[in-house]
Parts: sequence; C-alpha cells; structure tokens
Amino acid sequence: MFSILRSIWLTFLHAFHKRETVGYPEKKPYLPPRYRGRIVLTRDSEGNERCVACNLCAAACPVDCISLQATEDENGRRYPEFFRINFSRCIFCGLCEEACPTYAIQLTPDFELGEYDRQSMVYEKEHLLISGEGKYHGYNFYKNAGVDMGVKAKGEGENEEPTVDLKSLLK
Amino acid sequence: MEVAMVKIQIDGTIYEVKPGKNLLETCLSLGFDIPYFCFHPSLGSVGACRLCAVKKYANSNDKTGRIVMSCMEPAVDGLIISVKDPEVKAFRASILESLMANHPHDCPVCDEGGECHLQDMTVMTGHNYRRFDFKKRTHKNQNLGPFIHHEMNRCIQCYRCVRFYRDYAGGKDLNVFGSANNVYFGRHEEGTLESEFSGNLAEICPTGVFTDKTLKKHFTRKWDLTNAPSICVHCSVGCNTIASERYGSLRRVVNRYNGDVNGYLLCDRGRFGYEFVNSTKRIKNPQLRQSKESALEVKEVSEIIPKLSEALKSKNIVGFGSPRASLEANFALSKLVGAENFYHGISDKEYHFTKLCLQILTSGAVHSPSLKEVEKANAIFILGEDVTNTAPMLALAIRQATRNKSIEKAEKIGIPKWNDAAVRELAQNIHSPLFIASPYFTKLDELAETTYRATSEDIARLGFAVASYISNDAPSVDNLNIDIQNQAKRIADALKQSKNPLIVIGVQGNEDIAHATANIALALKSIDKKPSLSIALPESNSMGLGIMEGKPFGELKIENDTTLVILENDLYRRVEKSLVDNLLEKCQNIIVLDQLMNETSSKADILIPTGTFAESEGTLVNNEGRAQRYYNVYPAIEPIRESWRWIAELIRIQGKPEGNSWQKFDDVVNSMVVSYPIFSKIKEYLPNADFRMFNEKISRQTMRFSGRTAMNANISVHEQKPPQDADSPLAFSMEGYQGVPPSSLTPFHWAPGWNSNQAANKYMVEPNGELKGGNPGIRLIENTTDQQQSYYKNIPQPFKPRNEGLFIVPVHQIFGSEELSSNGEALSSRIPEPFIKINLKEATRYSIRSNDTVHLTVENIDVLVKVEIDASIPDGVAGLSFNLPGMPFISLPKIGVIKKS
Repeated sequence: MFSILRSIWLTFLHAFHKRETVGYPEKKPYLPPRYRGRIVLTRDSEGNERCVACNLCAAACPVDCISLQATEDENGRRYPEFFRINFSRCIFCGLCEEACPTYAIQLTPDFELGEYDRQSMVYEKEHLLISGEGKYHGYNFYKNAGVDMGVKAKGEGENEEPTVDLKSLLK
Repeated sequence: MEVAMVKIQIDGTIYEVKPGKNLLETCLSLGFDIPYFCFHPSLGSVGACRLCAVKKYANSNDKTGRIVMSCMEPAVDGLIISVKDPEVKAFRASILESLMANHPHDCPVCDEGGECHLQDMTVMTGHNYRRFDFKKRTHKNQNLGPFIHHEMNRCIQCYRCVRFYRDYAGGKDLNVFGSANNVYFGRHEEGTLESEFSGNLAEICPTGVFTDKTLKKHFTRKWDLTNAPSICVHCSVGCNTIASERYGSLRRVVNRYNGDVNGYLLCDRGRFGYEFVNSTKRIKNPQLRQSKESALEVKEVSEIIPKLSEALKSKNIVGFGSPRASLEANFALSKLVGAENFYHGISDKEYHFTKLCLQILTSGAVHSPSLKEVEKANAIFILGEDVTNTAPMLALAIRQATRNKSIEKAEKIGIPKWNDAAVRELAQNIHSPLFIASPYFTKLDELAETTYRATSEDIARLGFAVASYISNDAPSVDNLNIDIQNQAKRIADALKQSKNPLIVIGVQGNEDIAHATANIALALKSIDKKPSLSIALPESNSMGLGIMEGKPFGELKIENDTTLVILENDLYRRVEKSLVDNLLEKCQNIIVLDQLMNETSSKADILIPTGTFAESEGTLVNNEGRAQRYYNVYPAIEPIRESWRWIAELIRIQGKPEGNSWQKFDDVVNSMVVSYPIFSKIKEYLPNADFRMFNEKISRQTMRFSGRTAMNANISVHEQKPPQDADSPLAFSMEGYQGVPPSSLTPFHWAPGWNSNQAANKYMVEPNGELKGGNPGIRLIENTTDQQQSYYKNIPQPFKPRNEGLFIVPVHQIFGSEELSSNGEALSSRIPEPFIKINLKEATRYSIRSNDTVHLTVENIDVLVKVEIDASIPDGVAGLSFNLPGMPFISLPKIGVIKKS
C-alpha cells in the first residue's frame, strides 16, 4: 500500500522537474566535432582535393559501401575519378576515417540523412567534397610523400635531402 | 632420379629435406616464413640484403650459435639452425629498419601498395616505428617508355632489377650507377627500355620502383581485382597468366607460375598486349549490312536472327577457323559447317608447315620439350628463326640453357647452382654450344658459338649436312663449300657430345628446314641420343588447330550462293589481298564472328560480337603440345558472347541437334572429345564446371575485395545477385574457396602474410619447383609411337642472288607482327614503321640510303618501306618487316623489286 502511494508521489514530483525532452528539430542538440555522422571529403589548405584514391577506406569499410576509381591529372597527381558512398549501407563506424592516410575522408556531426527514396542515399564525389579542411588543418600529403606530383619537386619536400647528383664524385 | 634426403634440425624439430638447395629455399618449402629481398627463386642468391639471417649452431652442445645468411648456406646433413631465436629476429628487424631509413612516405600513391614485398617483409620482421630522425635521400626519375614507370626514391638497393635485366634476360640498357648511399638503378639516359622482358621488372622489383605503366592509367589495388587463370594469346608458347578486371574493364595481366612453361616471367607482348580488350575497336553489338552496297548498321540480336537463318539455309556453307580461337570455338564451327567445309584459315605455307611439324613431333624420333626442358639443353641449334621476336619466352629459356656449361663447371668445384654471383663470376664467357643459322642478326647471336647468315635453302642445306655428319645413313649434301662443311661438322660434334641436344625451328622457316631438322633428329636418335625439337609456331592455338581436321586455303572452291562463316580471323593477314577480295566478292553472305574491327570484319554482311580471352573460356594447345585452358575474367556483356556460344546459337538456327544440347561449355567439350579422341586427355585432366573444393566454387575475388555494395549503386541501390558461372568451377564472387586450388584453376596468388606475387611460392612444392598437384597443362603429343622412319632426301638447291630483284625474307617483330596485341595502346606505340633491311652493298647497288622511304614491289603488291642498313643480311637478300599494322600481307619469301620514291 505504502509503495503505491510513494510511486504516485514521485511521479507527481516529476511534474516540477527540468524537461528531458529536446524540442528537435526546432532545437538542435550539441554534437561534439568528432561525432560520427555524414562522411565528407576535404581539401588541403591550397584548395585541392586531399583524396589520393589509395583505396584504403574502401578496404577498411566493413560493409563495403565505398567504391572509387583512381585517375591522374597532367602532373601525375592521383585523385578519384569517382568516389561513391552508399549511405543506405553505411554503419558510421569511422574505420574509413581511421584508415585514411591523408585526412581526406572525415566523419562530421551531421546525422540528418533521412530520405524518402533509398537511391538518394547514394552520394557521389560532388556530394561528398566540401571546400574546407574539416577537422584537421594544415596537412598536405604530397608535401610529405616522396613523389613529385606537381605539389613539390623531388627533394624539396618536408624531411627530404636535395636529389642525388649522380654525375658528381664528391658524395 | 631419387636423391638421398638429408636431415636438418630447425628450432629443435628434425626435418628430412632435399640436398642441393640453399637453406632459405628449404625453409620456405617447409613453410617457414623467413623474410628475404635479394633472393628470387629464378635468380638465385647473392647474399646482399642480409635480411634472411638465421642462427646456425656448430653442434648440439653449441648454445650460442652464429648468425648466417640462409640464402648462402647449403642445406647439408646434420645442420642445426634456429629461425626464431630472439637475437636473429632483432637482427632482421634492424636490417629492415635501415632499409626503411630512406624509403619515402608513398604507399597511398604507390602502385605496389597492397602487393608489396617490402610491406610484407616489414610486417614480417615486426619493424613498426621510425627511429631515424634525419632527412631522406631522394632521386630523380626517368621516363622508361610506355611500359614501365620509374620511381627511384622507393629503392632499397636489392639489385634484383639489374640481376634480372642484365644477367638473366641479357638486357644492356639498365644498370646501376653511383655508390654508397647514392646507388641508382636506371638507364644511362632517359629512354625506352629495350629488352623484350622489361615488364618483369614490375614483378621482380620488391618495392614500387618499377611498376606497370599500363595499370597506372586505370589503377586498381590487387585486393580489388577480379581475377581468373588465363593463358597468353599472343604467341604459341602459351605462358600462364592471371588476368584481372575491375568495373568491367581488363586492368592488367601478370604472371601465373607454371614450372614447366613460363616460371615466374612473361614477355612484354604477353604482359602489355592485353589492352586490346579495352580497345575502341571492339565490336560490341551485332551489325548488319542490308544489301551489298549499304554500310554496316548496329542491330539488336533479334534483328539479325532472320538474316542469319536465311544465310545458314544455303547449301554451300564454308567455315574459316582460326589459330587464335580456342579448340572449342574451332570445333563448334566445324560442326556448324561440316568437317568437309572447314578450312584452317591460315596461309597454305603455314598450314603445310604446321602439319609437317606435327608429323615430325609424333613420329617418335624427337621429343617436344617444355620450356623447363629447353632450359636444361646443353647444345642448341637454331635453324632460320629469330626466336626473340616470334616466341620471346623460348628465347629467354635458350638464354638460360647456354649457362649450363658454366653451371656444370661450377658444380665440379663445389659451387652450387643457386650461388648466382659465384657461378657467373666463374663463367665469364663460357657458354654451352649454341649455333644460329638465320638470314639476319638475332639478339641471341651474342651467345652463339657460330652464326650462319643465309636464306632458308642454305640453312636447310646446312641442316642436312649436320645430319649427314652425325650419321652416315643420312643423305649428304653436294657442293658445300669448305667453311660450311666445317661449321656443319662442328655443330654435329657438339650435338653428338651433348646429353640434351635441342633443335629450334619456327614460323620463319620452311618445309625444307623442317625436313633437315627431322634428319638431324633421326640421326641423333640412331646414335642413341634423345633429341628435342622446339617449334615457334605463329599463334596461340596454331598447334591445336593443326591437330584438328581441316583444309588449306588452296583447296577452296566457291559456288555462287556460298555463305562464308569466318571465326576470329582477319583473312587479310593470312592471304594476299587480291585473293581475299575475290573470295569475299563471290560469297553471297559473309558472317564474321570477331572481337575487333579489322579489314575482314568491316567487309562482313553479318557481324557478330564475340568475347576475348577475358570474356570467354577455351582451351589452347601450345607449341609443345600442351593443352591449357583460360577462363572468363568477367562475364561477357550481352550481346557479346563466347564464340562457341554464338556458334551454338547459329547451329540452333540451322536446326542441327547440337544447337539445343550445347548449353554449357562442358557440353561442347564432351562433343569435341567424341569427334577427337586425342582431346579426351583434356577432359580427364581439366576439372569440369561441377568441380568443387570442399563443396565450394573457387573464388575469383580476394577476401579483401571492396566496394561490393557501392560499385553499382549509381545504377541501382538495390544490389544484384553476383553473376553466376555455369561454365567453370570458378565464382564471380569473394565467396568461395580461397586456399590453394588445382594449379590450372589458380585465380591469384595470396597467402597469409604474403600479399605480393612472392606468395606464389606457397602454391609450390618448393620455390621454382613444381606447383602443388603438378604444373598446369596436359601434354597431347607424346613421343611414344616408335614407327620406322626414313631420312628426307629432298635437299634444296643452294641460294643464288637473282638479277631480277632482291630475295625478300620475312622479319617478324615482337611488337606488331601479332594481330591482337598490336591494338593495345601502350604496345602499339612500340611498333616500328614498315621497314626493309638490306646490306650496304645492295643499298649502294640500288643507290639508297638508311632511312630513305622506298617502294617495294612483290608480285604486284606495292608497299612503302623505310630502309634500314643491316650488315648481317646476305647479298641478294632483303628482310621485310612482317605483317605490321597497315602493311598488306605478302607471302614470303619471294622476289621483290625496290624503287626509289
């Protein structure tokens, strides 16, 4: 008998507590920057695509929802010819971001991906590519890599000696 | 021969192993994963990289041991070693760490990534953290031509590239420069790599210094490729390949190990010729010509059926088979048209030559050797063939065979064969006897003891003379000058003394040369030798077609209402243009089944699109008589179908019973075996479509295959069922058996911890040995019939320079003389302009100079050619580049007249 009265009393008290319900969508919740939501492709500080089409995200993806094809520009710089994510399969695990060696692929706090048509969940490169650097600023893979693909000449990258002069006997 | 096994102790366990191998090979075949770099099973060991260290103990009381390089240590009885001793593991990790000090941060943009021996070795040794804080050495790259991409920063100085390119393949233009930390591997100046085997650098190089440039254009990681076991279709050697696809286009061709044929290597025609599959010239839809005057129009399949049905009603149907089509497709065609109307579709010269060669090979006098057996020959006589250009891998095998004398010498003083640097140092210029008789300079000449420059008649005469010096029963040759007599005696002596004498002839030769060869073989047999005969035939299934019944071109008679069915054959490359024009004009209906637009297919009335080697399955018989099968890499996209399937459809339209009973590939094979009992061996040997490994099909895709749920999502987000394959035991899926399948069904090489092509070793009994379950392919021609044979006596007259013109001989080119590969983008850039080679004396007589463009007229056929002065050509003779794209076919040798333009 007592316990019933106690429950009624406690329930009554909740009428005066702070509301737990959020007024979504009028009121947006705060999500930390490292929340794992919609995937984007970012650009480096010079505004070029960061993705070098290495295929590691696709290989890491446990549901195999990333598909891309590499191609090259006139300097030999690698970039994806197409880059497709099937969000109707994506489980937002973030393994693609972990696998990315260039900070190109990043997950964002945007989770609002609902669609009436499942086909609209297929995102191509033009839907994925943003104009900024995302969470990680200042990194440019090609300045650190050994290759010369139009970003820096051989031997002029970070952590590189000038190129060897094979005709010299002095080295 | 059984060899006594020796006992060695590895980490406390005793193993029985074969002696004579080095410790690294032994441990690898026992399943131990010892990291290595500079060792390669086909190149042997030099002990340069220091990575394959193991600990060796003096005896069972020795607890300290010492570190030795396993690749330089023979496996001898009583040896005690440890591969997992902590000290030796730390040593290997430190070696790897030093090698990585200068290795760039490139893997994401490196084409080797995912199949990189360096990546595998780094993981294997456990090195994972960079402690070296200083800057990295960098190098400039070179443009090495259309096949190979160069990225020198990635080099770890293992020297495998120059050891392969120079020592193994005899290349001259790749070398090592600089010293100490600056060592550079490249050419002395930028330029195209000249060797015919340069593509192997991409597989030999354990890092990404040399990569496949044709793959770079549509790069795909190894794990993303759909692969199938395939057979190279670009010459008669039948090298085993792995062909790979992604997103519906063929991406690359790499080696598939076959211990009896190509080993670990391929030639550039075989590796880069695949691009024709993606060519814009591909026929993708049926095409129809409404009347003889109108042009070809693209049609639906249903629209061509009535026309086909009308054409096939004709009483006179003639079929042309093809030496580049599979046995099954040729057989299906012979069923469609009837065996009496089936023609081989090759020049009469080639037809009779192939038939004669088959007769010689089955006569019992001579053995048809595999390339592995060619490598064991210790006296070789090449008659009239430039093997480097017609069967490049055969030339590479001959090159290895010339080392046998030096290897024997080394073994006498206790240096084992695998100790590569020591054997080569000892060898200097010692070669096993090699004799070359050919009309012009060949690349193997540098290894030859003597060369003889002459036309086919004189080469045949030399051959007859050699036979007569080996056995007195063989007919002797009259009026031979003393030099040639001496040369013949020398060749005869060398062949007589040799344990494994080998004779090589080929498509550039003629029947006289084949007769001479048969005499040499018979003479050698009469003195109890076991001679071998290797024949470089022109195309991938020349031998298979030769085995089949069929008529030569010359017997063809055309009625007015004839329907002509041409299977995968450009007749304009086989017979003179006027003859083909005449033939096509007379025929009422011309049905062509082919893959690429060419002169013949553009004259078709009904053109039917067929699958290439990548989109169909079929059996090819190589020059050795080995039947091997290629499988679909990806399903043919309707209306492209396999040739046999299209022909089955034609038979259905025609109303014959086979039409309905041929539903699957195996049905055609079963029918073929009934008509040709010789092919029953193929059926017994090759698993049929019902074959399963542990109840599973064999997977064409790796376990890491990516993008399954996204690759077709742009078309429809609803994923389709993967294509089913009713014709083979392979599956177009990552689901299925992933282990070691029967050797002829291996779609890719992969083993845990071994992502690079070195994983192939896990599919073998021992490195460079036989594949588990035997090497792929079944030999159809066994030299068992021991019929009594007589010597050929028709010795030709010696060649005399003619007054009316030059004697024109064909000069085959590795790039250009084969039809399909010439349509590849990269390869076509290596095709030379049509040329004529003459010596300076003749050039002066006609007052022409090098690089002049002249008119050459051979029997009313006029061709514009560039002049090349070649001192090796005999007087009165000229060499004409053979069947290059854009050149009219000329049946050679013939007399031709040069006119200045």
